[in-house]
Amino acid sequence: MEEGAIPSVAARLALYQRAGGVITPLLTVLFAFFVGGLVVLVTTGKNPLHTYQAIFNGTGLNWFFPWVTCSDPCTPATNLQYTLLLATPLMLTGLAVAFAFRCGLFNIGGQGQYLVGAVAAVMIGSSFADLSRWSHVALAVVVAAFAGAAWAGIAGFLKATVGAHEVITTIMLNWIAIWIATYLFEIGGPLQDPKQTGVPISETVAESAKLPVFWGDPLFQGLHVGLFIALGALVSYWIVLNRTTVGYEVRAVGFNPEAARYGGISVARSYVLAMAISGLFAGLAGAVDVLGWEYRLGVLDIQISQVGFIGIAVALLGRNTAVGVFFSAILFGALLNGTSTRNLDPEVFRPELASSLTLIIQGLVVLLVGADVLVIYLWQARRKLGLGRKRASVTT
Amino acid sequence: MIARAEDFRERLTWARLTSPRAIGVLGIVLGALAFWLALPPVTVRSPVLPLLVGILALAAGIWSVTRGERRVGWAAVAIGIVGMAGGVLATRSGEADLDSVVVWSALAAATLRYATPLTFAALGGLFSERSGVVNIGLEGMMLMGAFFGVWAAARFDSWALGLLAAMIAGGLLALLHAFFSIHLRADQIVSGTAVNFLALGITGYVFIDLYGDEGTPTGIPRIPEVRIPGIEDITFIGPVFGQLNLMIWLSFVLLIATYVVMFKTPIGLRIRAVGEHPRAAETVGISVYATRYAAVTLSGVLAALGGAYLSVGFVGSFNENMTSGRGFIALAALIFGNWRPFGLFGAALLFGFSSALAQRLPTAYGESAGTLFEALPYVLTLIAVAGVIGRSIPPAAVGRPYKKQ
Repeated sequence: MEEGAIPSVAARLALYQRAGGVITPLLTVLFAFFVGGLVVLVTTGKNPLHTYQAIFNGTGLNWFFPWVTCSDPCTPATNLQYTLLLATPLMLTGLAVAFAFRCGLFNIGGQGQYLVGAVAAVMIGSSFADLSRWSHVALAVVVAAFAGAAWAGIAGFLKATVGAHEVITTIMLNWIAIWIATYLFEIGGPLQDPKQTGVPISETVAESAKLPVFWGDPLFQGLHVGLFIALGALVSYWIVLNRTTVGYEVRAVGFNPEAARYGGISVARSYVLAMAISGLFAGLAGAVDVLGWEYRLGVLDIQISQVGFIGIAVALLGRNTAVGVFFSAILFGALLNGTSTRNLDPEVFRPELASSLTLIIQGLVVLLVGADVLVIYLWQARRKLGLGRKRASVTT
Repeated sequence: MIARAEDFRERLTWARLTSPRAIGVLGIVLGALAFWLALPPVTVRSPVLPLLVGILALAAGIWSVTRGERRVGWAAVAIGIVGMAGGVLATRSGEADLDSVVVWSALAAATLRYATPLTFAALGGLFSERSGVVNIGLEGMMLMGAFFGVWAAARFDSWALGLLAAMIAGGLLALLHAFFSIHLRADQIVSGTAVNFLALGITGYVFIDLYGDEGTPTGIPRIPEVRIPGIEDITFIGPVFGQLNLMIWLSFVLLIATYVVMFKTPIGLRIRAVGEHPRAAETVGISVYATRYAAVTLSGVLAALGGAYLSVGFVGSFNENMTSGRGFIALAALIFGNWRPFGLFGAALLFGFSSALAQRLPTAYGESAGTLFEALPYVLTLIAVAGVIGRSIPPAAVGRPYKKQ
């Protein structure tokens, strides 16, 4: 396998760890898809590979392989735009979970922070219509980000001051955000659209606050520049964590709060900062969704939205690294799009079933990624099996 | 006997009645009274009386806080403020509106209906968390119970088998959570989150696969209501307790049973020991793994009963994600109730009351009047964990995987 010089022990170990870091999530995803395929096979009797192929074609990822399906390059492009459209907020909510993780905090509150950001964006976006385009967009995005940061900051503050567990506080904050947002936009609510009093929905974002579409149909869910906000956030995540004092302190607290405190780092300050930065990312996710393609918030969307919760799966699968979050956000965005009603042919597989299948796959991914010990068990079992196979092949 | 009587007499001494704690409790009662006076059937129409009583409640609360009874004292202050505000608001609104919203017996019956699923799930959470395993997956376990309860009730034409299937489904999901968080030492919160996703996916998938767009069959056998003869005519008690679902009575029984098991038997002592200090428990011969497995599985069974009450008992059908966050309210009730059976029951009643009120308010005050009440359980729990009204303190080893030695 290796050519040339034999690598040193340390180099081999580093390679092994890096490969393990990529291989574990890949194996997890493969296993989850395998189980999902079994479910399809057992319950419908259809060939799971066909189902997965149909889902894959719906994601638009085949746009990257034009030689496979070059009959109509338009459909894959539209699908890919929508996949990236869905992946954009997932990158940001994934970062929201990942950043807190690096500080040793589990931010389950991505959903609430996302909603607070979305509400702030729709409030700013639907007022101040006389602002110029870029200043309006910038104002809405910044306010949404800070709203998310403030919402998450509550949990950070409670953790830092009275030691309240952030998992409990962020769950509570999620539901408080959901019900407050529902209250604001439901029929008779204070921010419900006065132009259509019978519909539980917010006012529409003004033209000047909409993020421009740079790829695809600007009127029908083309890809907006929010993707670049997300990519920028991924880069800043890496820079802040690895190249700044704040990031160093956050990681130090994440490794060992006691040691960090002994080293002169303010653990309380790191908790508050880490949660606030997490909330900043989630608030941005709300802003890009509202300003990029939804343009308004409905009560139904608020109640069924899962963007923040999927962010947990994205961060876990991405191992809390910027690159990992990028790829796993694309994976989950693709899954969501590929199993949506508009893309999946009911002849091949019922889309209503497919969206539940996505949830099962998502659940399995989170379950298995969280169990490092299982991977070690399997690794050892593989060794034994691998040995057995070698012997068998020798005898034949 | 004599010693008991003396003990009793001692309890009733003047000093005890004027202790900070007693005055704090008096403050709580006064705060509630401030609101109650302005509501039917008394319906005081002048804001002066609720304000006066509310100020008395505040005074009692502050006095008790300064004497060291922080938890009760602050609760009196909070309830005094809410009572005054509610009382004054009630005197401002029309008498007919008040009469249509505040029907005490109907409110109490609705409170019990809303509180029951929470009580089941929170009791489940109590077992799990007291044994040291965080259970974020209560929501998913309730959902499993809700779906498989309806499925089996329809399939076998029996609500009892429905309940059994619900318990098995919830127990199996909990077993998965137990395996990952105990044996594989995965992060318990990650595992719980995964369990919620899985439950949503599994129930959604099977639901659509079996029933499609038509939904679950109508006319499934429902869990019966218990009719107690002879008490229908008693005011208040009759309409509230005369005709309750069997599951509500079962929740009362389980509540008492949980209290007895948890605090009066060796089994409970073992569970609590494992949750507080697993190494010490193992040293004296208690199997940490076995105890935790049993407790977590039991939590799934109980949560599933709560879900089955929703679907088989209350609604008579299932729809996707029908628990819609009730598992998390149950978790909130557990925390708000300070990981104690009667504490969590009180919290469940309080949260159930806010749901009942939220449901009745729109009849007189418009569509959106009740929505903010839905957020109340979460706000109260946030305040409780923040430690303003006395800290909620979880079991010491909760959330930490244990490695056998």
